[in-house]
Amino acid sequence: MDNIKLGQHISQQFDEELEDIRNRVMAMGGLVEQQLSDAVRALSDIDAELAEVVITNDYKINAMEVAIDEECVQILARRQPAAGDLRLVIAVIKTITDLERIGDEAERVGRMALHFAETGGESKMLVGMSHLGEHVRNMLHDALDAFARMDTDAAVAVAKQDAKADREYESILRELMTYMMEDSRAIPNVVDVMWSARALERIGDRSKNICEYVIYLVQGRDVRHVSLDQVEAHARNKKSD
Amino acid sequence: MNTDATEAQKQKMESSAARTHAINIGDLSRADTRKEQGEVETTFNVSNLDLYYGEKQALKKVNMAIPRNRVTAFIGPSGCGKSTLLRCFNRMNDLVDNVRIEGMITLDGEDIHSKQLNVAELRRRVGMVFQKPNPFPKTIYENVAYGLRILGVKEKRRIDETVERALRGAALWDEVKDRLQDNALGLSGGQQQRLVIARAIAVEPEVLLLDEPASALDPISTLKIEELIYELKNEYTIVIVTHNMQQAARVSDYTAFMYMGELVEHADTNTLFTNPSQKQTEDYITGRYG
Repeated sequence: MDNIKLGQHISQQFDEELEDIRNRVMAMGGLVEQQLSDAVRALSDIDAELAEVVITNDYKINAMEVAIDEECVQILARRQPAAGDLRLVIAVIKTITDLERIGDEAERVGRMALHFAETGGESKMLVGMSHLGEHVRNMLHDALDAFARMDTDAAVAVAKQDAKADREYESILRELMTYMMEDSRAIPNVVDVMWSARALERIGDRSKNICEYVIYLVQGRDVRHVSLDQVEAHARNKKSD
Repeated sequence: MNTDATEAQKQKMESSAARTHAINIGDLSRADTRKEQGEVETTFNVSNLDLYYGEKQALKKVNMAIPRNRVTAFIGPSGCGKSTLLRCFNRMNDLVDNVRIEGMITLDGEDIHSKQLNVAELRRRVGMVFQKPNPFPKTIYENVAYGLRILGVKEKRRIDETVERALRGAALWDEVKDRLQDNALGLSGGQQQRLVIARAIAVEPEVLLLDEPASALDPISTLKIEELIYELKNEYTIVIVTHNMQQAARVSDYTAFMYMGELVEHADTNTLFTNPSQKQTEDYITGRYG
């Protein structure tokens, strides 16, 4: 079923419930995106104030996850959704779990940024970070966009970006190691940056997960642990059906 | 412990095979029921079936196979032909005026419309249970024994055994064993429906056709019937028509969705309810306008 549609249930109330959880996922996604972009900026600008904002705002994301989860449970219990509706509810439950974790990673980056600022870290250590941050922020944005439009091509395209995030992460690690070797006093700060880079890299993985849920939602196929080439080939086959 | 269980199971299977043999009377011989594990045999094969009520075509080129020892559910909106199709399997439509059937249905490879076939024997092999429980106004015992008496069984001990086995098979024995001579009409709706199922399985059919067997029952009786269906599929092939999609999802291994006399989609139940291939199926099972 390539053209999933939400509306047109005989029960309008059900239409509204499904539309509502989807809208709330998008709202949650928007907030997570904002948190991520603030966290990356707080780190690269060494902005302690902004880092504090990121840390305090995380509770909002957690609360949204709990609320959406509860609504999904109610829909399952009361509506017993089937087919595309069922896949939507399942995809939502999984997506918000990953979004909440992305929120946690953003908060972690915020904490590192705060510590880095307080202990006087040097900005030269952060060169690769804003680039990696920008890259995973785009991945998250595009993954949410693919979710909103239920676009499997876009989802595949985002999933493919993850390999690049992994490579950037590795090159940051190599660079950070040279700082540690050069000056052992820099190690505490380097570790902050390293943990942050790790958090950003994980955000790339989680954005990729969201793309997999989009493909599951639209095509009914579980593509976790399947190579990207196969996923892409399948998406293409579906189109020519 | 484990060996004991396996041994008991083996004995059970052997005795069931013996019984099958003992009651093997009539024109049609049972197909060999030995099978490789995991391999699904078919009981009925429907090919290019058209059915007309007078001018009106109720079934259009239906092709399907009903797998043995599995539960197949027919779902679809009212008037889609699912009950009509179900009634084809034991030729209940013969009883309706002005019915014309084209195409072929085979049971274990034999054409059920063939002139050599004894319809009464077909209906013994293919039992049917309807929406409203319809016990005879007789005792519980006589209801279940009825089919055997028709078949000419006179031996009291054998009838007693069969009544008990059928009532146990229909998960009713414990509730009625002390009042077998009471009138069956005194049972609750759910008990009556299980009694009717016991009556159907007393003559050792191969197939049970259930036409909305639980739609007149309360939720608990419904669950008992569903549990019973699950138990019965070990020994019988079951075809069930239901308006309740969740029921189809709960009890069946395969689901067929029909619409306007056509078989739209027939797939294993997991697939049909999570990822149907036809848009019409999706619209129906998710409760959308067609």
